[in-house]
Amino acid sequence: MNAPIPNSQYAWPDAEGRFGPFGGRFVAETLMPAVLELQEAYEAARADPAFQAELDQWLEHYVGRPSPLYLAQRLTDHHGGADIWFKRDELNHTGAHKVNNCMGQILLAMRMGKTRIIAETGAGQHGVATATVCARFGLPCTVYMGAVDVERQAPNVFRMKLLGAEVVPVTNGRSTLKEAMNEAMRDWVTNVADTYYIIGTAAGPHPYPELVRDFQSVIGKETRAQMQARRGKLPDACVAAIGGGSNAIGLFHPFIEDPSVRLIGIEAAGRGLDGPDHAASLQGGRPGVLHGNRTYLLQDDDGQILEGHSISAGLDYPGIGPEHAWLHDSGRAEYRAATDQEALEAFQLCSKLEGIIPALEPSHALARVGEIAREVGKGGDVVLNMCGRGDKDIFAVAKHLGVEL
Amino acid sequence: MTVARIDARFAALKAEGRAGFVTYVMAGDPSREATLEILRGLPAAGADLIELGFPFSDPMAEGPTIQKAAARGLQSGLTLKGTLDLARAFREGDADTPLILMGYLNPIETYGHAPFARDAAAAGVDGLIVVDCPPEEAGPLTDALDAEGIALIRLATPTSDDHRLKTVTARTSGFVYYVSVAGVTGVKSADADVVAPAVARVRAASGLPVAVGFGIRTPESAGRMARVADAVVAGSVLVDEGAAAVAENADPVRRVLDKVRSLADAVRGARASQMA
Repeated sequence: MNAPIPNSQYAWPDAEGRFGPFGGRFVAETLMPAVLELQEAYEAARADPAFQAELDQWLEHYVGRPSPLYLAQRLTDHHGGADIWFKRDELNHTGAHKVNNCMGQILLAMRMGKTRIIAETGAGQHGVATATVCARFGLPCTVYMGAVDVERQAPNVFRMKLLGAEVVPVTNGRSTLKEAMNEAMRDWVTNVADTYYIIGTAAGPHPYPELVRDFQSVIGKETRAQMQARRGKLPDACVAAIGGGSNAIGLFHPFIEDPSVRLIGIEAAGRGLDGPDHAASLQGGRPGVLHGNRTYLLQDDDGQILEGHSISAGLDYPGIGPEHAWLHDSGRAEYRAATDQEALEAFQLCSKLEGIIPALEPSHALARVGEIAREVGKGGDVVLNMCGRGDKDIFAVAKHLGVEL
Repeated sequence: MTVARIDARFAALKAEGRAGFVTYVMAGDPSREATLEILRGLPAAGADLIELGFPFSDPMAEGPTIQKAAARGLQSGLTLKGTLDLARAFREGDADTPLILMGYLNPIETYGHAPFARDAAAAGVDGLIVVDCPPEEAGPLTDALDAEGIALIRLATPTSDDHRLKTVTARTSGFVYYVSVAGVTGVKSADADVVAPAVARVRAASGLPVAVGFGIRTPESAGRMARVADAVVAGSVLVDEGAAAVAENADPVRRVLDKVRSLADAVRGARASQMA
């Protein structure tokens, strides 16, 4: 472990797109000019108050922000510790946090004069959010999705098609999110002149980890203001599920320089961290280079990337955003894991106690939130990012519970 | 020897007044033994330089042909270390043909930059192409390779403007690989007339020979490119030939080498026919 991050000095990434030793721009030379152009365009947009004002308008009137901060009283009573709050990003238009990022990126794409949008998707939430903003702004949209995920997430495939997107099933490897991202990269390298690639998580070549984080940080900024208004203090802990880590970094980032706020990410332990079938890159992987960045990866002794496994199609990715790798190594954030089974149990518990059917992704965070609430203790406040709603998952959950729909 | 072997080969080609022919094969496709036989047969079949791919699970810049070849290579159990063993076995029988390894960064990261450079040099490897390691990220790897005299061959592309070319060609040696189309390997192809001025720009910026690859599939296209480039690279077409042979229960070694011969003849004849 390195020394803790000093207060008021957290300015990652650096000019090279690095978070400590992580991040960077590991892409084919054909894409380097595009990546540099994006960086320049993003820096200009970020410095332009009109850009942020336009984004805020869309977030308020189209996405439905701010999302509520809700005290989950029955779940709090059930666990018997700190108050558990849900940041209700599942109430966003399209049902997950993904749209925060897509709205920001499509405004950026149009500002850059790009005329075609591509995206990768795992669970389909990012694909749906991308297809949604493309429909709204009238841009053609191609979404790459692993063939296995196309099957697992049929309702989202249908949604994307209704929204006018082309969904391309990818059949390499285990045919899930990793392969979808490879194929999206191949499209980008082939159509780099007119195409904008909306990456769905806070990973990939610089500046993606930074810009996705910035667009998702609306989650943490709102949480901060809402907790101040409700409790007159900051939360004691923030908890979020992690695949690539965009919802977690969105919640965490505005609190990084507040040492009293524990930041806890929950990785997917799949069938258990002791076997090969999980997607916990930080707890079961080691640093390497994939998809444009240096980060923790699930890989074998030869540096070949392994396939992640999780019951949640949104978490079974063998890497993680580079900022999480840095928060992990620097000790600023803690990372734990929840198994498929624990997530399934938490999914049902939350549905029954709170009347909120969560997506399988935040169900992983729900599986650990009870122990965290007890660690924090009564009188404390724990915020869990409810990053998606469970409608898309009811078929998969029914199957696991042996129920035929 | 190392990078000196590349320089010597391009000097000899220049003296002969012709373009070089560079062939790409994937280690372990379809098997370790077949790859070694192909490697050993390549110089006699007309290959002036050899690129030996080492397989990676996620070849993001490759078209379907090389993707499948990488999957077959991994299926054969070819690791980066195994690829170095192949290189050493080839080098034992050939002291002159430059051998360039080509692949992705993560297996090299896992191996470790310095151990990799040391073992690669010992195996007789002369150059390295790493698809996902642009100049901005190449510092530590270049240091390790420089210490062993191995060239880090850079890629220039249609998206490289003059400003970018300066970055691309800094700290490089051997030759520059010009990716003639924006895209993945083996899908689109470029017109020699369009490529000619780009080759001249890259040559001027780098002061190095320029090899042109991506989308060269026929003797005709190889011949046309040989008139404007210092070397012509064929990859996917050879991999496809080997895969087709396996599918037809034919001998992939013979079929690949026959294909190499037909393309090499076109490359060698290109400038002669131009002068005639």
